[in-house]
Amino acid sequence: MATGGGTQIEGAAGGGVVPWAVIAGYGAEDEFGADATVSYATTRDLDLSVLALSVGFDNRFELSFGHQRLDVGPLDTQVRQNVFGAKMRLAGDLIYTDMPQISLGVQHKRQQDFVIPSALGARSSSGTDVYLSASKLFLAGPGGRSLLLNGTVRATNANETGLLGFGGAENDSHRLVGEASAALFLSRNTAVGIEYRQKRANLSGVDEDDWWDVFIGYFPNKNFSVIGAFVDLGSVAGLERQSGAYLSLQASF
Amino acid sequence: MNRWVASVAASVVTLSLIAPAQILADESERDDRLFQQLGGLGGIDLIVEELLVEISRDLRIVEQFAETNVERFRRLLVEQICDISGGPCEYSGDSMELVHGGMEITEAEFNALVENLITAMDTARVPLAAQNRLLRKLAEMRSDIIHQ
Ligand code: HEM
Repeated sequence: MATGGGTQIEGAAGGGVVPWAVIAGYGAEDEFGADATVSYATTRDLDLSVLALSVGFDNRFELSFGHQRLDVGPLDTQVRQNVFGAKMRLAGDLIYTDMPQISLGVQHKRQQDFVIPSALGARSSSGTDVYLSASKLFLAGPGGRSLLLNGTVRATNANETGLLGFGGAENDSHRLVGEASAALFLSRNTAVGIEYRQKRANLSGVDEDDWWDVFIGYFPNKNFSVIGAFVDLGSVAGLERQSGAYLSLQASF
Repeated sequence: MNRWVASVAASVVTLSLIAPAQILADESERDDRLFQQLGGLGGIDLIVEELLVEISRDLRIVEQFAETNVERFRRLLVEQICDISGGPCEYSGDSMELVHGGMEITEAEFNALVENLITAMDTARVPLAAQNRLLRKLAEMRSDIIHQ
């Protein structure tokens, strides 16, 4: 079973854009697991590349590092960000308890190219998100297929996940956003799903839209997985209608 | 929010509401459908046979079975799967807690056995939905089996 999940764009174990309550790797208690992931999303004007590393211990703790680079075609520039993440499973088990698996996570983000964010009105080049995720796998869900449901609540003041800095004239403090995803396993190693991530604008005059995607994941074995998606990022940095393809390759140990 | 986004959001919500309802409906199955989907007694015999082959090759757990009376284990496991899948059997072995007491089975060993069972069911050509329904019933026993 692909219970280690994929790696979301900030480096945490999850889908494409939403973190799940699962801990990276396929580890049980007393075990260790690690993932290395490269992901790439391309839209009309934007290219987002992500390199992520994560380790999970004891099926309880996860540490992750994500490096993101967003190339903005029309502005002929790029913004980069490092994300240091930690997650802890607080309660429940993805499969074996009636209660969902519940985890608390933090993502400390350091934006590295602050010229453009600051020109757009961002207040800070670093920030920290805190999130609570609940995930549950129904082994025999609809039609006897396994169904994974996930909900995440995040406190953040990031602009476009932090790639455009943190805070702005409209809002500077942390606010709550909701994220959700669902995946249905068509076979033991193939899943299709959808994800939704709410986003809120802090910068004045620069719109920020909710993100969503539909994905297909292929998990041929415990060491390798690939996720492909159609992703809609809406308006980013004043560039309208950014939707396109997403591909993520993950190696697990 | 544009129309696409709204409809995707709506499907997420709908899915999460419908799915548990279907699962609940599934739970109240009191018929022998699962037993039939597993291929009846012949099918279950085959699954357990293949499971024993997988266990015998699995260095992660084979040690646990070093002193096991394989004939008894096979007979009782067939009986138990027949019973919980709604077939015409009544499990006559000891409780899961008692049987696995003192073995200190870990989560990883439990996972290994589940993997072996999945391989065995694949070999026996059990359909995915039936595999998942059996796994769900076995998953309920996990807390009586590990750490005893
Ligand atoms: C869903 C999981 C499991 C089920 C349904 C299950 C079921 C059974 C059954 C029905 C028996 C025979 C009971 C009896 O002799 O009265 C048995 C015995 C045994 N089980 Fe399990 N078992 C499970 C998991 C495991 C695991 C993970 C291990 C170890 C890795 C294990 C090790 C054993 C051993 C060694 C025996 C033989 C005990 C003896 O010789 O007295 N079982 N199990």
